[in-house]
Amino acid sequence: MAEAIDRHGLWADLGMDLETHDVLCSVLPQAFGDVYLSQENRPEGMAFWDMVVADVHGIRPQELVDAQAQGQKVFGTFCTYVPDEVVIACNGIVTGLCGGSQFWVPEGEKYLPADMCPLIKASLGARFGKTCPFFRIVDQIVGETTCDGKKKMYEIMAEDVPMHIMQLPQMKRPQDFKAYAEEIALFAKNVEEVTGVTLTEENLAAAIKTINERRKALARVYETRKNPDVIPISGTDALLMMQIAFFDDPVRCAQMANQLADELEQRLVDGVSVFPAGTKRILITGTPMAIPNWKLHHIVETSGAAIVCEENCTGTKFFTNLVDESQTSFEGMFQALADRYMQIHCACFTPNKARIDEVLQLAKDYHVDGVINTNLKFCTTFKTEAPALEKALEEAGIPVLDIETDYTDNDAEQLRTRVGAFVEMLG
Amino acid sequence: MNRIGIDIGSTAAKAVVMDDAGTLLYSVVMPTGFNGVEAAHRLAEDLGGRGYDTNELPCVATGYGRISVPYADKTITEITCHGLGAVYLFHSDGLVIDVGGQDTKAILLQDGKVKKFIMNDKCAAGTGKFLEVIADRMGVTQEELADLASQGEHTPISSMCTVFAESEVISLVGRGEPRENIANGVIESVVGRVASLVASMQANQVFLTGGLCENDYVIKRLSHHLGCPVTTAPSARFAGAIGAALSAINPV
Repeated sequence: MAEAIDRHGLWADLGMDLETHDVLCSVLPQAFGDVYLSQENRPEGMAFWDMVVADVHGIRPQELVDAQAQGQKVFGTFCTYVPDEVVIACNGIVTGLCGGSQFWVPEGEKYLPADMCPLIKASLGARFGKTCPFFRIVDQIVGETTCDGKKKMYEIMAEDVPMHIMQLPQMKRPQDFKAYAEEIALFAKNVEEVTGVTLTEENLAAAIKTINERRKALARVYETRKNPDVIPISGTDALLMMQIAFFDDPVRCAQMANQLADELEQRLVDGVSVFPAGTKRILITGTPMAIPNWKLHHIVETSGAAIVCEENCTGTKFFTNLVDESQTSFEGMFQALADRYMQIHCACFTPNKARIDEVLQLAKDYHVDGVINTNLKFCTTFKTEAPALEKALEEAGIPVLDIETDYTDNDAEQLRTRVGAFVEMLG
Repeated sequence: MNRIGIDIGSTAAKAVVMDDAGTLLYSVVMPTGFNGVEAAHRLAEDLGGRGYDTNELPCVATGYGRISVPYADKTITEITCHGLGAVYLFHSDGLVIDVGGQDTKAILLQDGKVKKFIMNDKCAAGTGKFLEVIADRMGVTQEELADLASQGEHTPISSMCTVFAESEVISLVGRGEPRENIANGVIESVVGRVASLVASMQANQVFLTGGLCENDYVIKRLSHHLGCPVTTAPSARFAGAIGAALSAINPV
């Protein structure tokens, strides 16, 4: 790894709590080393993501700060329903935000109930604790009415940072698809105001193409994981690519994912697998896994199984389905965007049977031996639909394990027992 | 050749020796204590004294302390082992409930194999730990707690958290509630938690393994809550170790 650049100047300029943030910086390399660098025969293409994560609070934040100096605006987002295309069209930048570590949870609990999901607590904690550069850099945050916990958290966060909330429908009737197109039009107005750039049919069409290219590139990587005999990349590595996709420039993300896909496709030809033949293939479905949450992947892949697909927001939900590129009017493009985003099957929708169908289809496509359905502790929506999903999987003859967990390590051994028993059961 | 199964639980460490025909030759249980490795050594000494050399005989370890057994040839999770052990003990498919010191598991057996399993979340409600804490607080053994409970009237303990339930018991004691009634409430609380944990698993018969299987009153109440017969066997607390021994067929 290259000599680390000292980023304290950047972080001080961003008004961060340097002392507390240093604690986080001191534990991440160890965690990353334990989980990632201990893996064998990793694709060379992972070097890019290794480099990014080694300087995760420096390399991309510095780019964002430089872009702001050139007049670009940065939008922080939490959710796969927010259309990046609109921001990109107006020369804005979209970035993910911090929320995947226990490190930020205690700060969040100062303002939020303890029995709220750790992703929400960590997000607020990262903003209020001044320990996440992305949260300091953003010109505006874009929230969305997905779950109740996030909605109410945004009210508290909005006291500290400019916030635009998108009204996401909670059903999927025809009028809801129309309503979301109108909501995207409203968001476009907000983006124009923040960026000072006028949205045109041309720049929006170009942005739709850009984000579609990113989707295609990420999907190519996933496509190689469907091979029933060769597993060219660990789930742990694929997850890292997905996690960083939320933060990276979309064109570079597509380029790097395509390079990785080239290598993985060659591995399929050469029969290069990162797991021994016969390793049990697992699909993970459920709540998102924000960086640096690698907990479950690490446990599964060090317990004799391989993860071959993630059906979640840091997985297939991020790239499945393209936006129709044939539309030329604003109205047509906004509707095309809404039609694509409304096909993401989050548990905040009712009914949400489409997610079950999606999981069943993916289980088939990826030739999985078992499914692990997981939710972050206190995620009411995902937890509540778990029994219906499990029933459908059982009826299809696919073994399923349900795991509720959070960002702490204190249940790691119990999880290891459960996952180990599940793998033994599949054997 | 004889083989050894070791089950290092959070509370009790168990070992069994089995011959090639699957006959149980010897079993021993001792407190795990603070250190799993040390418990494994104590078991090895005991087995050695009976002529069973842990370094010579094939040995599989299970239980939460399974990685602490230096002489084991391999480790297998307690879920799989309890399933195998239950099939050995009860000769039938069904639902195995193991109320352990740290966790409670339910294992559905089909065709002699684990079909599905559930474990309680990282919380002591509905586990042996809950009984242990409350029995300690009341100054009785767990067996005495069950005896008291059988003579008492139901007094609801509403807290699911062991720590809060302990405070609740203290306030019941302060209020002058008879010990029998409190004990009754405590047992009902554990049994009720176990019953709701396994609610999603349908079975015609239930086998109880683990430390609580020697407690007749608990078995009676569990049967009542589940609405089906609950069976146990004299060696049921060794189910995990038996399953481990059954897995240790091939010498290394």
